[in-house]
Amino acid sequence: MLKQSHSHHFQDTGQTDKAVADAGDQAVEASDAMDEAAKKDEAEREREYRTLMDKFRLAAIVSVPNVVLMYPKIMPGLVDLIPPGSETERLVWGLMGVLTLPVLIWSGSQFFFGMWAAVKHRSANMHTLIALGVSAAFAYSVVAVLFPELFPEGAATEPFWDVTTVVIALVVLGLALESKARGKTSEAIRKLIGIQAKTARVLRDDEILEIPVEDVLVGDVVMMRPGEKVPVDGIVEDGHSSVDESMITGESMPVEKAPGDEVIGATMNKSGSFRFKATKVGKDTALSNIIRMVQEAQGSKAPIQRIVDQVSGYFVPTVMILAIVAFVIWYDFGPEPRLIYSTIVLVTTLVIACPCALGLATPTSLTVGIGKGAENGILIRSGDALQTAERISVVVLDKTGTVTKGEPALTNITVMPDFNDNRILSLAASLERYSEHPLGEAVVSEASDKGLKLHEASDVMTTAGHGISGSVDGVRVLIGTSKFLTENGIDARGLEDVAGIFAPQGKTPVMVGVEGLPAGVLAIADTVKPDSKDAIKRFHAMGLKVVMLTGDQQQTAEAIAREVGIDQVLAQVLPEHKAEKVKSLQAEGHVVAMVGDGINDAPALAAADVGIAIGSGTDVAIEAADVTLIKGSLHDVATAIEISRATMRNVRQNLVGAFGYNVLGIPVAMGVLYPVFGILMSPIIAGAAMAFSSVTVVSNANRLRFFKPKGGVS
Amino acid sequence: MTWDQWLVTAVGLGLIPLIVWFFWIKRAAGSYATTTGTHQEVLIIVKGGYTPDTIIVTKGAPVRLNFQREETSTCSDTVMFPDFSKSAQLPEGKTVAVEFVPDNVGEFEFTCQMGMLRGRLIVEDA
Repeated sequence: MLKQSHSHHFQDTGQTDKAVADAGDQAVEASDAMDEAAKKDEAEREREYRTLMDKFRLAAIVSVPNVVLMYPKIMPGLVDLIPPGSETERLVWGLMGVLTLPVLIWSGSQFFFGMWAAVKHRSANMHTLIALGVSAAFAYSVVAVLFPELFPEGAATEPFWDVTTVVIALVVLGLALESKARGKTSEAIRKLIGIQAKTARVLRDDEILEIPVEDVLVGDVVMMRPGEKVPVDGIVEDGHSSVDESMITGESMPVEKAPGDEVIGATMNKSGSFRFKATKVGKDTALSNIIRMVQEAQGSKAPIQRIVDQVSGYFVPTVMILAIVAFVIWYDFGPEPRLIYSTIVLVTTLVIACPCALGLATPTSLTVGIGKGAENGILIRSGDALQTAERISVVVLDKTGTVTKGEPALTNITVMPDFNDNRILSLAASLERYSEHPLGEAVVSEASDKGLKLHEASDVMTTAGHGISGSVDGVRVLIGTSKFLTENGIDARGLEDVAGIFAPQGKTPVMVGVEGLPAGVLAIADTVKPDSKDAIKRFHAMGLKVVMLTGDQQQTAEAIAREVGIDQVLAQVLPEHKAEKVKSLQAEGHVVAMVGDGINDAPALAAADVGIAIGSGTDVAIEAADVTLIKGSLHDVATAIEISRATMRNVRQNLVGAFGYNVLGIPVAMGVLYPVFGILMSPIIAGAAMAFSSVTVVSNANRLRFFKPKGGVS
Repeated sequence: MTWDQWLVTAVGLGLIPLIVWFFWIKRAAGSYATTTGTHQEVLIIVKGGYTPDTIIVTKGAPVRLNFQREETSTCSDTVMFPDFSKSAQLPEGKTVAVEFVPDNVGEFEFTCQMGMLRGRLIVEDA
């Protein structure tokens, strides 16, 4: 599922916005436009909702007397006041018709405008059906009241004012509720847009200025106080603090920031003061990228939607034909009064059909599901990716940086008699400070974690690939391979025995000699992330097979695999062969998710059914990935699959509900139950069913908002 | 059957082919994109549908479809090109350009998110 698949047909010229030439202006415009569009969208929605509710109120008010007068028995004394068949009754009916007209014209206006706009394009939609249905009921009523003599002798000539107003009231109420509920489906994206900072305090010409966030330029020095929102992305220059990044990464613990660390725009500074240099502003910030990605994904189509697309072009005209067929059959073969019955089935059939429920079923769930991912720091690129993720059967994990932290750490210190752990570590770290070797960094970092005092070293000599030597505080220290120590006159045989224990565990032993004597062995290994084991348990609980793919030796790889519970190890796989391994798993019939860092693993990610880039931090625009995880935890892979499963389950519920509703509702409305059971559906019930079917679909999609990942809070 | 039943039956049966013809058979003639500068360009009004809804372009040359949404109904606020995994948000009253180079000859559909509004893009050989 390679991202560039669309270029199969189209080459993106990369410019979908009418861009302003100047990059700075463009950035400002983009972030402004986003905020403005979101506000406008919300205002639009609110205005639509209020208008619809006003229309509903008018229709509901007129419906009350309409219903009462159609069923006079429900109010005691009314039958005496308006005797059936009297002139008074006809007069009251006429009056009700006058009251019904504004309901039809104003409350029902969107149906007529909608129908007309569609007819001009030779298409038909839900508006067409409702407009035809209520017009038929209204037209019949007008004729019944004004020209009763046109009806055959003995035929009841009651008007359907109640049908006209109640159906309009219900469907308009349904539209209002649906519009409100649809607004909620895009809550996640609105939240993301809403968290942008408004202003920034920048240092310009030795003066601190408070300026709008749009005016911050790359290179500006931004001043941060406790409790302030980080306005743009940048790198800390001075000061320390902890920053709450949960709104971007989903990570609940605040992150410590020191000079050299990256800060992300829209995150919240907690305790300290610091200043940072802006590196990304406007549309280039992490937040802007995330918003853009989520919007694109929410606007994409899931393959499952194709079923609906095939049906929707034929749906409404088919319903119109069925309504006509029902009318003719009832008129030709139905019981008396035939005209009334056939009008009822015509109106009921037109009103009950609900193309909206079908159309809304997939996109609303998709919008909520993808938004839910974003809230958890999981960016799902498209509906296609979301749908495929549901079927994943094998999770292939890259080792370094995915299962493990990707940075070596000191795991063991074994010292010879007469030496002490901390002393050896301190001496080794004091010397390794001068080395740039990653193993050396592990030693220094462990010493600093333990709070050991480091000393100045002199005569430092590095022999590439072998070791480092020098004097620490006047003590001669050698660190390196056994060969390196032996060559320097140290008997390393005792150390080799110790080293022999570590190698099978996948650790790299480093030997230390002090003052010409063998002193100890430091074992260094890439350690697993603290939550990898739990996450892999979660994969197993979800019924997934877990495979690790690595360039490491079999022994090392298996040691790690055992530690975290991985099912299968594919070791000594060169980077360029990773994609082939993915393909061979696919050939076995598996749907493969490949999890890697997204840079070294790009071909394997692209080859997989679902490529998942993990720990991308704020660099979210990884081309080869179908899913991008901002954090580095494997738990998010499980959560992503859970979101996919929950969303697709929701989509199916919606589709089954919407199809089922129409497939059952339309024949009942046409009166198929009448010959056997004597049941004929009232158009009012049809109106209620129609209005609430689409509301139900959207509300069901909204249930996804309450999705919680099952395991491991990460 | 009485005369009125014959009449109702005849009118009903007459309406059915009319509906079939109107909605399914008769299709609007396509609008050719005009070439301005380097792009084949078309302005598409979004109001209850896409006007024009059939756009004919030539293979290989860059295309710019300018969508202008002139209604508040949120149904049409997204236009999608499902064959190409492309979509665009259409804020009311703003012109949004969707640009690409058509590589393959054929007929491609574009729709609103719910698939109720439909348009066709016909790519012809140069």
